[in-house]
Amino acid sequence: MKPESPSDLYIVSSSPHTHSGESVERIMLDVVIALVPAFLAACWFFRLDALRLTVACVVTCLLTEWLCRKAMKRASSLSDLSAVVTGLLLAFNLPPALPLWMAVAGSVFAIAIAKQVFGGLGYNPFNPALAGRAFMLISFTGAMTTWSQSAWMRKLAGTATEALTTATPLGYAKEALKAGQPMPVFETGLISDFFLGNMNGCIGETSALALLIGAAYLLYRKVISWHIPVAYLLSVAVYAAVLHIVSPATSIPPLFHVLSGGLILGAFFMATDMVTSPVTKRGMLVFGVGCGVITMLIRTVKTGAYPEGVSFAILIMNAFTPLINRATRNRVFGSKKKA
Amino acid sequence: MQTTPSPFTFCGGIHPSYNKELSSGSPIRELPLPARLVVPLSQHLGAPAKPVVKVGDTVTAGQLIAEQNGFISAPVHAPACGKVSAIDETLTASGRPCAAITIETDGSQEWHLLPTFPDWQNADRKELIAHIGAAGIVGMGGAGFPTRVKLSPPADKPIDTVILNGAECEPYLTSDHRMMLEFAHEIRTGAEIIRHILGAKTMRIAIEDNKPDAISAMEKAFASIGGDVAVTVLHTSYPQGSEKQQIYSVTGREVPRGGLPMDVGCVVENVSTAFAVCDAVVHGRPLVRRVIAVTGDAIQQPSNLLAPCGTLYSDLVAACGGLRGKVAKVISGGPMMGFAVGSLAIPTGKTASGLLLLSTGKVSCYTSQACISCGRCVDACPMRLSPSELSQCIEADDIESASQIALMDCIECGSCAFVCPARRPLVHHMRRGKAIVMAQRSAAKK
Repeated sequence: MKPESPSDLYIVSSSPHTHSGESVERIMLDVVIALVPAFLAACWFFRLDALRLTVACVVTCLLTEWLCRKAMKRASSLSDLSAVVTGLLLAFNLPPALPLWMAVAGSVFAIAIAKQVFGGLGYNPFNPALAGRAFMLISFTGAMTTWSQSAWMRKLAGTATEALTTATPLGYAKEALKAGQPMPVFETGLISDFFLGNMNGCIGETSALALLIGAAYLLYRKVISWHIPVAYLLSVAVYAAVLHIVSPATSIPPLFHVLSGGLILGAFFMATDMVTSPVTKRGMLVFGVGCGVITMLIRTVKTGAYPEGVSFAILIMNAFTPLINRATRNRVFGSKKKA
Repeated sequence: MQTTPSPFTFCGGIHPSYNKELSSGSPIRELPLPARLVVPLSQHLGAPAKPVVKVGDTVTAGQLIAEQNGFISAPVHAPACGKVSAIDETLTASGRPCAAITIETDGSQEWHLLPTFPDWQNADRKELIAHIGAAGIVGMGGAGFPTRVKLSPPADKPIDTVILNGAECEPYLTSDHRMMLEFAHEIRTGAEIIRHILGAKTMRIAIEDNKPDAISAMEKAFASIGGDVAVTVLHTSYPQGSEKQQIYSVTGREVPRGGLPMDVGCVVENVSTAFAVCDAVVHGRPLVRRVIAVTGDAIQQPSNLLAPCGTLYSDLVAACGGLRGKVAKVISGGPMMGFAVGSLAIPTGKTASGLLLLSTGKVSCYTSQACISCGRCVDACPMRLSPSELSQCIEADDIESASQIALMDCIECGSCAFVCPARRPLVHHMRRGKAIVMAQRSAAKK
């Protein structure tokens, strides 16, 4: 039958015809909102350094994204805000005194090489911000591990040597343990400094409080689920607790591990990156535990020079994501239950 | 007789806006008889019925006009008195053309009824099944599977539980809801007939908890019934009305992959089908009309209309005061699984539970953005599949890999696409993949 008039024609498409209203843009906007408290904390503790690094990274990421899409003759993807998220996360993973041009170089690498070369958002196997940071750690090792003195270090000035006053808490502890010295005793007041963010470290990683506020927002908005962060934090805590119980004099206490070295930032904001983490809940648990174990291996193996470990742990687990997805598919409804 | 919350709930599912208040308060009204009915010969799953009338013949309401054509098939009867003016093709809601008999109605109220079984409790089961088949009854929830076949399970598949499906989980649709409120007694009789035929011990009436009035109507209607009968109140969650998910929610049993409800001793019948069974067995009326919810934000008066099968959508729209504003989509069925149609010159059938008219603001557009692996589809899929992975396999034309990860288990409920933030047309991909597999299978048979 022929339609009587053109107005009798309607849109024809496959079902469903309705949608939840969720969008990639909204998810990315939520991540940006969730990073605001950490950004404010960074500005408080690191002042102008935090601001200049964040602006440099975000602007460079957006510019690089725009240029890459132009060069590839593809539709602009600036509006999905993923480049803003990458810029923010990369900046949060940089030490405060880093020269700006290095931040710019890292941002270009993160977007151009780690993301757009693979086809853009959704196709990148590795977290772009972390890939950018890994690139910078290898290329600018010195600058990436130089820490300006914070209030925390001034508290320790009495016990620490001059060379160690420009270290992160984890770096300081690892050096001490490697040198055969006993684990430095930290004042109890330091834990609250750690929690608030008053310690050496990358600009966005130090304030557990600010990060947890943002994380609570992401959980509330259901942008992330608890599985990866909880598996990650718990496995680090358990690993550290076992070491600490076996040998308290030569290991770092669990709470110290959890609150230092970018673990909170990594567990809630980077390991949970949707594109590069598993899709099933079981897979997320495996992924989180993997991140935790690798982080602790890097942090505690004494022959290793590197005191942190979160970035590399997540990057390594990113590589396993397709395999984890394959191994942890849900049992299809109606198929035989595994004994 | 008691009412219990469902002991289980299937994994996954979604919570769309239901928008049922548009028409749930409107009592069923009878559509004024249209001047012309276009009666499709394929209102059911399986082979189309074969016409037994010629152009120019005068037919009476209820008269057989096309006979069952094969095992999985159903006969078609004249919905009203009139004259056959054409036997040709019509477009149906699914988008496929289908043979149809056009009847110019004459307004006569005469009925050609089938024999009745006032004493059905003592009637032979085989005779009742044959009667239900002859009345052209098919599953009215959407699939249109011939009820006669469903009620004749092989001897090695005993049925212990009959589930009466009153979930109506699709947003907007209210026809089953109104049926339960207004025809509770007939639904009960139909359900008893079905239970009698199957010899099932247990009967459950499954209704979502967003329809408390329907729950109490069913409680009342079934109160005096003997045996293990209960209303099971389901959590409101789409797709509770899907057969496999509902069996699980009510009994905890999982229909095996590729299997049928009878494999776990269950038969699920829609409440409107139960009504049709009662109508046929007690009143001798074949299935020629049904209640259809005409609703959405682009119709003047959302209504529940009792309309003959073969009514053109344009007649339904006219009976509801016409269109309101600019219509973007016309959907046969609900917004989750219904078919979008291109015109109003399409007839209803036995499975048409709703006609949905939506304006631009209510219609979602899907585009093929890249999957961001958020995993929401994996959580939403009531069959526990990996829609993200499946869709990417199908996009890459790797149908074999998709089949290996259970593509054919997809029930096309649309939960995955509904939650996808990248708005990927996931169901479209599944349908394409499944169609390719079906084509490969039938090619392999030849």
